[in-house]
Amino acid sequence: MSCVAGYRREPPGTHPEYLTPEYRSTLLRAPDRPLVPLSHSLSEVTGPIYGHERVGPLDHDLTRRHDGEPLGERIVVTGFVRDGDGRPVRDSLVEIWQCNAAGRYVHAADRHPAPLDPNFTGAGRCVTDAEGRYRFVTIKPGAYPWGNHENAWRPAHIHFSLFGPAFATRLVTQMYFPGDPLFAHDPIFRSVREPAARERLVARLDMDLTEPEWALGYRWDVVLRGRDATPVEA
Amino acid sequence: MDPTPSQTVGPFFDYALPYAGGERLVDPAAAEAIRIGGTVFDGAGEPVGDALVEVWQANRAGRYRHPDDPRAELPLEDSFTGFGRCPTDAQGRFAFTTVKPGPVAGQAPHVSVIVLARGLLRQLYTRIYFPDEQEANAADPLLRSIADPALRSSLVARPGADGLIFDIHLQGDRQTAFLDV
Repeated sequence: MSCVAGYRREPPGTHPEYLTPEYRSTLLRAPDRPLVPLSHSLSEVTGPIYGHERVGPLDHDLTRRHDGEPLGERIVVTGFVRDGDGRPVRDSLVEIWQCNAAGRYVHAADRHPAPLDPNFTGAGRCVTDAEGRYRFVTIKPGAYPWGNHENAWRPAHIHFSLFGPAFATRLVTQMYFPGDPLFAHDPIFRSVREPAARERLVARLDMDLTEPEWALGYRWDVVLRGRDATPVEA
Repeated sequence: MDPTPSQTVGPFFDYALPYAGGERLVDPAAAEAIRIGGTVFDGAGEPVGDALVEVWQANRAGRYRHPDDPRAELPLEDSFTGFGRCPTDAQGRFAFTTVKPGPVAGQAPHVSVIVLARGLLRQLYTRIYFPDEQEANAADPLLRSIADPALRSSLVARPGADGLIFDIHLQGDRQTAFLDV
């Protein structure tokens, strides 16, 4: 046995329930037995540490990965990754992926009859700096239809994958754009039942981040779990 | 500060998250290399062909490559990060080449697992334990806490023709034990 400080549980309503019938794919994939409680040990408070060696200097810029520039509205997406106590999460890998401006993913399974853009793949990554800051340059993704229900459309979003300092702080989520009229119709966005928690998935337009004559700036901060102050027997 | 909610990884991560060699934690030619593979199934028993399985484990000495592992007396191996990532194929299969971890601080040797997929609005956590560690498994705090023998044994891999087999059943009578981490 060793004493380790674990990570705090999120408040109820923060995360979606696994079984969210309005999102049809959960029906056969949501576990139906209760989760087994696990107090955190070294196995949970440790996690993969990424050096900078895997991330290239242009990996954060999704508009400069091909010969030409992608079509669409160029944007900067940036923010801070912090823990629940407001401390910066430094040197941590952030991965993103998204569809193009027409709402089409570079993926064989995407059957949406919208054009692919030869100048846009839609995958990027970066490592947070000493203040926990990440920054991507990309184009605004389009809305797209999906087969969940009659006339189902996803609001524009960027997928985010974050690790944080521990296996217990892993977070995969989606960032949305402010004021999207599809929010009211999207069971994935609405799977977060607590409206205040849902709003934390929405970036805001920030004119201080907007670069004149070049790109709109969006600010989106991510908060990972905070750590218990006192170690417990684990 | 309030944490950011989780959302599903969706069906389209395949060109972004997997990376070359993600499923090889060690060189398959290494003498100590073992293979752990399995299939992800949904509640209807159908394979899940669009899942992503991630693993995190200690090295053979039971040490994690992480600053919060205080046991400096245990060796680290330069080439071993302890992390792996493998998307499932069309038949729902995944496989990792790794080493058997040592015991960690009062726990039987185990590999920590995260499962991500379309239809999972949050990641699922589980663990892989080893079938040749009956004594250590019997003393493991997590395994001991699971009263249902079938649920408990869902965390123990079984020997197969070319390595250990660890199938993941997302739902139903054979559901894998998932952990509230």
